[in-house]
Amino acid sequence: MAAPTESGRRPVVVVDDLHVEYRVLATGKRASSGDSRGGLLHRGRSTRTVHALRGVDLTIHEGDSVGVIGANGSGKSTLMRAIVGLTPATRGTVRAAGRPSMLGVGAALVKELSGSRNIILGGLALGFSREEIEARHDDIVAFAGLEEFIDLPMRTYSSGMTARLKFALATARDHDILIVDEALAVGDKAFRKKSERRIREIRDDAGTVFLVSHSMKSIRDTCSRTVWVERGRVVMDGPTDDVVDAYEAK
Amino acid sequence: MVTTDRDALVPVTMPGPVPLTVVGGRPPLPEYLKQVWQRRSFIYALARFRIEAENQQNRLGMAWVVLKPLLNAGLYGTIFGILLSSGRPPHFVEFLVIGVFLFEFFATSFTSGAKSITGNTALVQSLAFPRMALPVAVVLQRLLQFVPMLAIMVGAVAVFGHPVSASWLLLVPLTALFFLFNTGLALIAARLTVHVRDLNNLLPFITRITFYTTGIFFSIEQRFADDPLVLRVASFVPLHEFLTLARGILLDDPAFEAPPEFWLYASIWSVAVLVAGVLFFWSAEERYGRTD
Repeated sequence: MAAPTESGRRPVVVVDDLHVEYRVLATGKRASSGDSRGGLLHRGRSTRTVHALRGVDLTIHEGDSVGVIGANGSGKSTLMRAIVGLTPATRGTVRAAGRPSMLGVGAALVKELSGSRNIILGGLALGFSREEIEARHDDIVAFAGLEEFIDLPMRTYSSGMTARLKFALATARDHDILIVDEALAVGDKAFRKKSERRIREIRDDAGTVFLVSHSMKSIRDTCSRTVWVERGRVVMDGPTDDVVDAYEAK
Repeated sequence: MVTTDRDALVPVTMPGPVPLTVVGGRPPLPEYLKQVWQRRSFIYALARFRIEAENQQNRLGMAWVVLKPLLNAGLYGTIFGILLSSGRPPHFVEFLVIGVFLFEFFATSFTSGAKSITGNTALVQSLAFPRMALPVAVVLQRLLQFVPMLAIMVGAVAVFGHPVSASWLLLVPLTALFFLFNTGLALIAARLTVHVRDLNNLLPFITRITFYTTGIFFSIEQRFADDPLVLRVASFVPLHEFLTLARGILLDDPAFEAPPEFWLYASIWSVAVLVAGVLFFWSAEERYGRTD
């Protein structure tokens, strides 16, 4: 199965022969496709099956920081979403110790509320108590570098600011399985440095981090192990330098 | 975060058997409900913050919570009470205000409850928490907004000369039952719209049908006085029971006396809808964050 299995470190994520198929509506269909079925349930729409993951096996141990690389559309994000449980497995299973959380570039949590309110809500949703989250509030704001804007509604934030806030919030929790999907790419250089340091800290604290990125520098700087995904399969899995070298040589 | 003492983290403790669980599976119901209960401050904060945000966007702020149903009541009162004044029940203004205000709580809970998952995809997809928190927070928000409406309603009834009495306190259990009922309904609607997005387009239509068919601006008892079958059916319609009970509590007129068995019916409805809603919503828990 997976690469480094030093004894004594316990597995926190075990992916076993994972297949994910999406059934998507093929819009923009060609007129000649012979689609003459009527009826409310069909409405002439045809579905197409996309085989996004075709049998992935992975075992990740605590304290791993795992880089995930591959071309656009290779299945990286699908794999991450399956690990968080947002995308159901068609076949195979994903097991994890605890519930992983994922940090994507997506929208603000509740965009009509201020950054400050979002920190409190996000913290409460993550299971902090009101006191705990209020105690951490200022650290989170400082880490995100948003002191000036924290009372503005999040709909006024740039995508970089939103990503910074979400990153600061998600990493405010100890010993988590954290998945960072391209979120660092929108931050500026200073923030990227800071967040890479934070990822290393989490790793050193026996947390587990997945970093999906197209920046090989970020991957080399933060990840001990790297998984290369191509066309829904793991092409290579091993120490970061070896995998990234092979990927770049391709 | 890094508050832990580094030295303490050197692996001295041998971890026991790995508690690996299947990701995306839903916890058993008691465990799930416990998790929801643990997030109660999240639910409350979400409801409060939403009210705040809604108020900030309007100049009149909180006043709209009361103004909107008042305007509605005024409009319907003018059209149905004055322009088409056939069969106007006695104490029409109070009758209408109670009807419109209670309906507002019901309709807003139902409509925004139905959108509570589909309209919060960012939240659902980035944080792991029991999703039931979202519809419950929406209905709680509507309950918090219903409280000032309740005050205006009681005030209006008193101004129109109905003697204030201790029995008005029965509005508290009635509101509690109504809250349970609305929560159950919101849970059912929240899951249905996840499966069938088209329902979002039907929501205004459904609430409008409900508005015109339940006795909000007309009295079902009066209109169908010679049709026992309609009255029999109406007595099993939960919204009709809630309206009748509220009018019975507040209005000092034997014509509005509510049948005592309505308390029983309304309680059964509330508990049944809530239980059905919880089961129905929970059994698709793993479905809500999905994007396909």
